[in-house]
Amino acid sequence: MTNLEKYNKAFETGLELTEEMINSELEYQKIESWDSVGHMSLIAELEEAFGIMMDTDDIIDFSSYTKGMEILKKYGVEL
Amino acid sequence: MNFYRDIDKYKDNIAVITDRKERLTYKELLSDSDVLMNNLEKRTVLFLVCRNCIESICAYIGALRNGIVPVMINEEMNRELFYNLYNIYKPAYLYGPENWNNLEQSNPERIGKYREFVMYRTGFKERHKLNDKLALLLTTSGSTGSPKLVRQSYVNIVSNARAISEYLELNEGERPITTLPMNYTYGLSIINSHLLVGAAILLTDYTLLNREFWNFFKEEGATSFGGVPYTYEILKKLRFFRMELPSLKTMTQAGGKLSPELHKEFARYAEENNKRFVVMYGQTEATARMAYLPWNKSIEKCGSMGIAIPGGKLWLRDEEGNAVTESDVIGELIYEGENVTLGYAETAEDLEKDDERGGVLETGDMAKCDSDGYFYIVGRKKRFLKIFGNRVNLDEAERMIKEEFTELDCACAGLDDKLYVFVTIQEDRTIQAVKRFLAQKTGLNPTAFSVKAIDKLPKNEAGKTLYKNLEMFYD
Repeated sequence: MTNLEKYNKAFETGLELTEEMINSELEYQKIESWDSVGHMSLIAELEEAFGIMMDTDDIIDFSSYTKGMEILKKYGVEL
Repeated sequence: MNFYRDIDKYKDNIAVITDRKERLTYKELLSDSDVLMNNLEKRTVLFLVCRNCIESICAYIGALRNGIVPVMINEEMNRELFYNLYNIYKPAYLYGPENWNNLEQSNPERIGKYREFVMYRTGFKERHKLNDKLALLLTTSGSTGSPKLVRQSYVNIVSNARAISEYLELNEGERPITTLPMNYTYGLSIINSHLLVGAAILLTDYTLLNREFWNFFKEEGATSFGGVPYTYEILKKLRFFRMELPSLKTMTQAGGKLSPELHKEFARYAEENNKRFVVMYGQTEATARMAYLPWNKSIEKCGSMGIAIPGGKLWLRDEEGNAVTESDVIGELIYEGENVTLGYAETAEDLEKDDERGGVLETGDMAKCDSDGYFYIVGRKKRFLKIFGNRVNLDEAERMIKEEFTELDCACAGLDDKLYVFVTIQEDRTIQAVKRFLAQKTGLNPTAFSVKAIDKLPKNEAGKTLYKNLEMFYD
């Protein structure tokens, strides 16, 4: 699996979305399942998929699909 | 009797501060509250849409001060549930944000505006009689479509607010920050108990996962917050223990049982950082709080829900109806106190009913008591779960699914905050649909629900589901 596929998979599992629902417009609190509960399960999925531990600030700033890509760069994950 | 008529004495104290830097003194808050209720008919029902903002808090206080009975409505309430309540209780007034998405169908008449909220007169002409004691109506934190409301009296509210401010030792220097919706009894009890002592409430709808929340917290020097078990899970994950929050003095927890591990971690953190961690216990049926674990017992009595609040009494009842006198023997937890609410309402006519409980509440929780008098919850008598602080009745969830999906048989069971639905159908599409249906109906995140296919539900000869036999399918 490529990093992008892993990234998308984390969104699917963490936010209970289907593959077709994944797109770069996804934002925190804009879709029903991306609430605080969904957010924490998304972060858990990403941390597991990439073997990383995110800082508080990054967990909080992870506010959209695209913003998340930038943040993961800091942890050496290129998408 | 009604302390909201009594808090004028705090005059120039700041009462509320919002994340948009608005500030209202007690004088301003109470004056706005009264003006808002000026032309409203007394002893009528008002549907009040709740957001942690000045508009909602003013209407709440204004209603209590002026003998109008609010039904506290969650801003995110599912449309179907909202109209169900609306048509059953036929409120005289409706108050909510401009363009609120549940307004369009009801087509009410606009009679006033306050900041970003609008007051409407509804088309309902019936005026059902309201009992003189009735102050407030709350949905039970459950969300399974039940139109059942808890009837709270003026005495209930003031009695519970006094007890809370006493055991938490609140004074006017406090600055609690909102982390819970105000239609939820726990959130509301924080507002009540702090306004009683003249403190300033930091109002925000931002969540722990918004940068704005923490900026507001630090800028205004929040001294306390409350959280349900899930809040504490998030905080741990957010590396809360490493945050610099010098203004924070007290953290309270209620709305379900915290795992003993998390309880211990937060209790330790509090002790090492000169803060207080207070585990509490309550239900909407008891206004809000019934018990608390004193902060200085938090480590020693880890896992306990504590002792009765000031003025209340807790005891255990065995199956024969007698009081349990030995320690560590399980019985149903019974609470007695002035904060035990009047009872439920299921129809508009019920709003005339008098006190049906006489100050005694059967909590439905099974508990034991140690030799020092500290109580521990061990399970529930009735079938319900508390998911992310929301009560979900398993039998009601089951009924809803069967009504919607007539082609299948199902059983709902679960543990702590995971609800399992066992369905007698294998199709993945249906399974996903059941999950979506529950999430949508309850407004809870779909991760709370696990739907599993099973050939046949385990039942006894009488056709009753054997829920125990489903436990082996839990993850």
